[in-house]
Amino acid sequence: MRGWRRARLTGRTKQTATGRTLVFEVPRWPGHRPGQHVDVRLTAADGYQAVRSYSLAAPADGERVELGVQAAPGGEVSPYLADDLPVGAEVEVTGPLGGWFVWTPQEAGPLLLLAGGSGIVPLMAMVRARLASPSDEPCTLLHSVRSPDDVWYAAELDAAAAARHVRVRHLWTRAAPEGAARPVGRLTGADLRDLPPPADCRCFVCGPTGFVEHAGDLLLAAGYAPGRIRTERFG
Amino acid sequence: MGSLSPGFQGRTHAFEGRLPPGQYPTESFPVLSAGPTPQIPTDRWSFTVTTELGETRTWSWEQMMALPQEEPTADIHCVTRWSKFDTRWRGVSLDVFLDEVETAADFVVAESFDGYTANLPLEDVTGGKAWLAHTYDGWELAPDHGGPARLVIPHLYFWKSAKWVKGLILTPENEPGFWESAGYHDYGDPWREQRYWSD
Repeated sequence: MRGWRRARLTGRTKQTATGRTLVFEVPRWPGHRPGQHVDVRLTAADGYQAVRSYSLAAPADGERVELGVQAAPGGEVSPYLADDLPVGAEVEVTGPLGGWFVWTPQEAGPLLLLAGGSGIVPLMAMVRARLASPSDEPCTLLHSVRSPDDVWYAAELDAAAAARHVRVRHLWTRAAPEGAARPVGRLTGADLRDLPPPADCRCFVCGPTGFVEHAGDLLLAAGYAPGRIRTERFG
Repeated sequence: MGSLSPGFQGRTHAFEGRLPPGQYPTESFPVLSAGPTPQIPTDRWSFTVTTELGETRTWSWEQMMALPQEEPTADIHCVTRWSKFDTRWRGVSLDVFLDEVETAADFVVAESFDGYTANLPLEDVTGGKAWLAHTYDGWELAPDHGGPARLVIPHLYFWKSAKWVKGLILTPENEPGFWESAGYHDYGDPWREQRYWSD
């Protein structure tokens, strides 16, 4: 598992004003499970190195590795990765990392994914794995996001929403598109109605700490068992 | 390595001698946990030390607060690579609890209210190196940071400083805990960068 591999940037997609997906080619990448992350190491000309973790946005696909990068204002690494690292240049990666916040289609039962903002990234790997599998167990993604301009994977999520057994609901916290039925605001208990029943449902929650805390409390209040709720935070 | 990351310029060159390898300093206080935050009122809280023979000694919240209190200030280092300097805690040295029990064990497992566990050599939680902390920076410890009480063991990666801790179990053999069973290093020395099994 340990050991640094060279990773060549082959493509970059603008998801939002500050969110990017970066595709790297990583020779001899060993594969990974949806929900895992990698450490990315940058090396400055004077030899100084910096390492940060980024979530894998897609299921394993040979040597192709897709990461989600949210540029943090004033950040040392994320703004560079988001906008400055030239396509064709290399960084180093190690991983895959994390053996807890993971889901694979072999795990039966309904799936409930709660994303806050760019917390969508590791959950998107799960949605994509779920869409690529023959499973028809219920899968619901609740995506709490400020406004339509802040949605990652917008077109792909629309397509997923049209797919059988995958439900995608955007919960707009600041600005909703015209005609939205739900009032603007953060996640509430009412948003958890009509979801896969708690009994055998696996829940994955990812987002900023405030969102994860709030979502975790609501899930517990709605009867989901603590042992079936896995959380990941960034910040 | 000249071809790597062209144009990247690092900024955190300072702090040499204080920042373990691969870490960066943060001013904020990130929260990391594997599941939802347990809410433990202090009237339902207790702290139990269990020996390898199954003997127990339990302290209620009031009994714990009546023990001698210390105010350690320490740098803490998370395996996810942030370090935070000069964190200020208030709590009880684990020496105070462990002095009360008779043991020949070499290891302890810290156990939390949410089922989390972390294993430690006994010598790493004795001799003034570890605390049961209930106050952070002058405020009661918030639930998302492990309140009402957590371990603080600054010389190891912070996942060893179990949040929502409910007790210590003394064991003759080393018994890997939650993250140690999931790929993280058994010991976790930040200065030797012991992050994962293979480090």
